[in-house]
Amino acid sequence: MNGIKFLFAAYIATWVIHGVYLGSLVRRFGKLRRELKEVGKGK
Amino acid sequence: MKRLFPILSILTAVFLAYALHLALGKSTPTDAQQGEVYRIIYYHVPSAWTAFLLFFVNFIASIQYLVSRKPSTQAAAKWVVLAIGVVGVVACFLPAVQRLIPAGMRPSAVATTVLLIPIFYFLIGWLFPGDRLDVLAVTTAEVGVVFCTIVLVTGPIWARPVWGIWWAPGDIRLTSTLVLWLIYVSYLVLRRFSSSAQTQMLAAALAVFGALDVPLVYLSIWYFRTQHPQPVIGGGGSMDPRMLHVLLISWMAFLCFAFLVCWSRFRLELLHREVEEAHAMESLAGEGVAAKASLPLNRGPR
Amino acid sequence: MTLATLVKDIRLEWRSKDALNSMLFFSLLVVVIFSFSFDPLAEESRHIVGGLIWVAFLFAAVVALNQTWARELRNQVLDAYRVSPAPANALFLAKALGNFIFVSVLEALMTPLFVIFYNLRVLGPAWQLIPVAVLGTWALVVNGTFFAAMSLRTRSRELMLPLLLFPISIPAVLSMVAATTSILTGEESAHFWIVLLLTYDVVFTTACLALFGMILHAE
Repeated sequence: MNGIKFLFAAYIATWVIHGVYLGSLVRRFGKLRRELKEVGKGK
Repeated sequence: MKRLFPILSILTAVFLAYALHLALGKSTPTDAQQGEVYRIIYYHVPSAWTAFLLFFVNFIASIQYLVSRKPSTQAAAKWVVLAIGVVGVVACFLPAVQRLIPAGMRPSAVATTVLLIPIFYFLIGWLFPGDRLDVLAVTTAEVGVVFCTIVLVTGPIWARPVWGIWWAPGDIRLTSTLVLWLIYVSYLVLRRFSSSAQTQMLAAALAVFGALDVPLVYLSIWYFRTQHPQPVIGGGGSMDPRMLHVLLISWMAFLCFAFLVCWSRFRLELLHREVEEAHAMESLAGEGVAAKASLPLNRGPR
Repeated sequence: MTLATLVKDIRLEWRSKDALNSMLFFSLLVVVIFSFSFDPLAEESRHIVGGLIWVAFLFAAVVALNQTWARELRNQVLDAYRVSPAPANALFLAKALGNFIFVSVLEALMTPLFVIFYNLRVLGPAWQLIPVAVLGTWALVVNGTFFAAMSLRTRSRELMLPLLLFPISIPAVLSMVAATTSILTGEESAHFWIVLLLTYDVVFTTACLALFGMILHAE
């Protein structure tokens, strides 16, 4: 049935959006930890 | 604390999988009119409720941040919030007010909801002292926008097969959600673009403005709707109890997920401020002329 | 004190006629460009014109608001205000009123252009357009002045103002457009919209006055 296509589209879209956000969090964490190490070394 | 996070993550993942299983499984009947597509509701509605809860927390945190500047306003605010709680609960049991409560809602339910306002206020004030209020504000705003985006994406995906249209401007729920999304995106943009040392206060003021706007948005779209009748995306009316049961379970699962995401974002923000302070200390110590940061503390872009 | 600031502002604007002239020309351009977007002879156009007029007014207002604090910023006047014992509200009110008069003048000059280009005829109670215009303009100006002050120290200041203003103004803009359309077509009563606009104005004027002091000292 046509409706099922939309059902799965909605579920997949939800997790893609969550995934993108979580990915950005991981990336930002990595960047900040590296920066913190650099500042630590600078001293 | 650090070991707790992975355990909770696994538990939440299992919970979400279980909710998904229920949502797609045989335990919930197929909708007579919509067919299987209605099952989008198990993702669409919990995301909406989560987003609204997060924005509500942001509103409380912003108000507390604003009033905490002066002890007099802080004390006054506490009394006002207490008064709201007391008056709200008492009012629900007065016959004049009870007539205003829509059918289907029990006065005790409304009273409990009103009681949540002072409860949230004092809980948040106690758990997040001082600057942490602002960290909470930015956390809930960002995660709230993520969940709100999901509502706005799954909404039209649901509407298309059911109503044949992607969007109806008079649809009060989707349109108010869109406005809320716009307000909070502008909030996040302000935070990112503002270089003033008082970004936090400006953002808090914007959050208060947004909250004041929400009932007006709702009223305006509601009246627009009465003049231009439109389909209600997402369906109205009563629900099969089995569907409601799964809906609530799905919401619980997403709440756990949202809590973990907020916790991560909160820790990220704390780390960010730690790095900023480290930069500032470095330049204060005068270690080399080529210091990265410049005073005053830049709370803007990374 | 408010009056003095207000008078001073108006006098300054009057002397720098360039700002007024360039804004007038901008408004004319907007009206002309919009007039190509649909056939003004068709009967249905009356339903759309309300929206178009207010979009044009909104753009004109944003252009005017963007340089509202520019002069103060250039001459470090704001620092003087911060140190003075005068209440911050007085400064805000003066600025807002000045902007209100300025934008109202723009609207008054743009309206005949719209009437001409779109062959407008008002089918409903035309006098109601006055409270709609007054309340609607104040709604845009009061929040606009506040957000302009907020945007002062941000990057892309000119972009930040509409970015902050538009979402918050949505219920007001919806009310203005719906009210104007109701009055032009004469099909429905604009009463509810006018009351909603009044509520919006009261709520946000109070909020702006209450929080402006904090914004002023936020540097």
